[in-house]
Amino acid sequence: MPTVNRWLLPEGVHELLPQQAACLEQVRRRLLDTYTSWGYELIFPPFIEYLDSLLSGAGADLDLQTFKLTDQLTGRLMGIRADITPQIARLDAHQLKTEAPNRFCYLGTVLHTRPDGFSHSRTPLQVGAELYGYPGIAGDIEVLRLMQETLRITGIEDYYIDLGHVAIYRELCKQAQLDDEQENRLFDAMQRKALSEINALLSDWQIHPTLHTMLSRLPELHGGLEVLSEAEQVFEAAGDVVLSALDDLRTLATALSKQNLHVDLAELRGYSYHTGAVFSAYVPEHGQAIAQGGRYDHIGEAFGHPRPATGFSTDLITLVSFMACDKRSQKIFAPISDLAHQAEQVQQIQQLREQGHIVVQSLPSQEASAQDMGCEQILVYQDGNWVIQAIDD
Amino acid sequence: MLRIALSKGRIFKETLPLLAQAGIKPLESPETSRKLILPTNQKDVELVIIRATDVPTYVEHGGADVGVAGKDVLLEYDSNELYEPVDLKIAQCKLMVAGDPNKVIKQQRLRIATKFVNVARSYFASKGEQVEIIKLYGSMELAPLVGMADRIVDVVDTGNTLRANGLEPMEHIADISSRLVVNKAAMKMKYQQVKLLIEQVATAVG
Repeated sequence: MPTVNRWLLPEGVHELLPQQAACLEQVRRRLLDTYTSWGYELIFPPFIEYLDSLLSGAGADLDLQTFKLTDQLTGRLMGIRADITPQIARLDAHQLKTEAPNRFCYLGTVLHTRPDGFSHSRTPLQVGAELYGYPGIAGDIEVLRLMQETLRITGIEDYYIDLGHVAIYRELCKQAQLDDEQENRLFDAMQRKALSEINALLSDWQIHPTLHTMLSRLPELHGGLEVLSEAEQVFEAAGDVVLSALDDLRTLATALSKQNLHVDLAELRGYSYHTGAVFSAYVPEHGQAIAQGGRYDHIGEAFGHPRPATGFSTDLITLVSFMACDKRSQKIFAPISDLAHQAEQVQQIQQLREQGHIVVQSLPSQEASAQDMGCEQILVYQDGNWVIQAIDD
Repeated sequence: MLRIALSKGRIFKETLPLLAQAGIKPLESPETSRKLILPTNQKDVELVIIRATDVPTYVEHGGADVGVAGKDVLLEYDSNELYEPVDLKIAQCKLMVAGDPNKVIKQQRLRIATKFVNVARSYFASKGEQVEIIKLYGSMELAPLVGMADRIVDVVDTGNTLRANGLEPMEHIADISSRLVVNKAAMKMKYQQVKLLIEQVATAVG
């Protein structure tokens, strides 16, 4: 490779420069403090582990997204995590096994083999929170509120919450007795709301007319809260599972009062592991969800300890990209002192730093000026003291 | 603001009457105007005129909220990140395998010339056939004539171009028509406007 291109990063691999990094770090601290104050304990799962555990349960969808390598110690395949959630499930089922509710939060880089999403990033900084061991909708409400709190802290106010519930579609498929192949094909069409394809498939398979109607109404049942009332009529005869899912959604929607809300009963994101309510946040001028979550009750099964679970996650780098990170922190320049006042200067610098000021010490025979170093203030020796002075342009 | 992505030519012409049913009329014609964004009689609706194969990309990434794309383009694009709520039943044709049925093919693997690389690969794979794909951007019919390929995969309307070049439609892959496609985020955030458009267009299709 010619030397001129050595600076190039691989596609979808991002780095943060000082202003953005400072912005991210501030938000990171506030987020983790907030999660902690809600009782969510911070954990750091490893960056790399055996592929089997990364891909079991929740992770089956992640096979293609996961970078793989061989462990030279055991000959087993290892994966670099593409999602932290399955790691939390492993921890809850094994290391931190309990019958009481567990609340966890995490923050870490994940790697994706393919750039996806609006940012085309392959190195998102995933941050999220999970609540294990409680099956009720109150758990989902708490997690969703924490997701909203996350958006508020990052300064995102004007967003939409999209609510769905995968149990409705799953129950209707069960009642229609679709085999795996059929369910996959219907799922594919349902995700695209391709109504004509859905109708053609259901007719081909001679699905019972009542179920045919319910399944084909599903993709159109989206919009404001009125959708739930409409759905209660459409699914009147659909049985308890569907009706209680609608109840759940109503409870969840009520808990989010005054929020821009969209209900979509055919939203099947993460269908292979989600089991209940799902939610995501959208902002205008951004074609994809910026934060998402939902219930995934059976995820711990693969690790021998199935527990109800709900949680959310988001990419902190995407969130920070919406923030105005142009504010530079004020820096004070400390020139080289003459020998007589050096000790006083050292003491003053230490005091200022302890008070939270940023003091940049000049290096001997440095040619760059205070301004070159991005400093707006300078330490000067005046009337027997080192004092801060603004630098005039 | 609602931005609708259309491609020039047949899709544009056949979509206009459907949009008219929804009360949307462009104020300029893409054939005469050099503008890439065309205003309409509705203040909060505009049209963007792009290449047919770019429509799914624009709509998936939110460059446009809504678009009209052929099913052939959508099959090749192969994404679940778009909604396809309405079959507009316009620009209808067939996606087919074509070739010269009389020509003897000696080698083991068929060479397929096409611009529908993904569709061709998965179609032949579903038949249990390993093939070599040759990606072309146009005039697929030429490839078998000059001995570069054994078959082509292309959209076929009347089949006249094929026959004029001594080729015949041989296998049917899919029926093609244009679909209304919608960006997922737009469907959720602008649902009042988008749902209304979908309903009106669906009614116009009948």
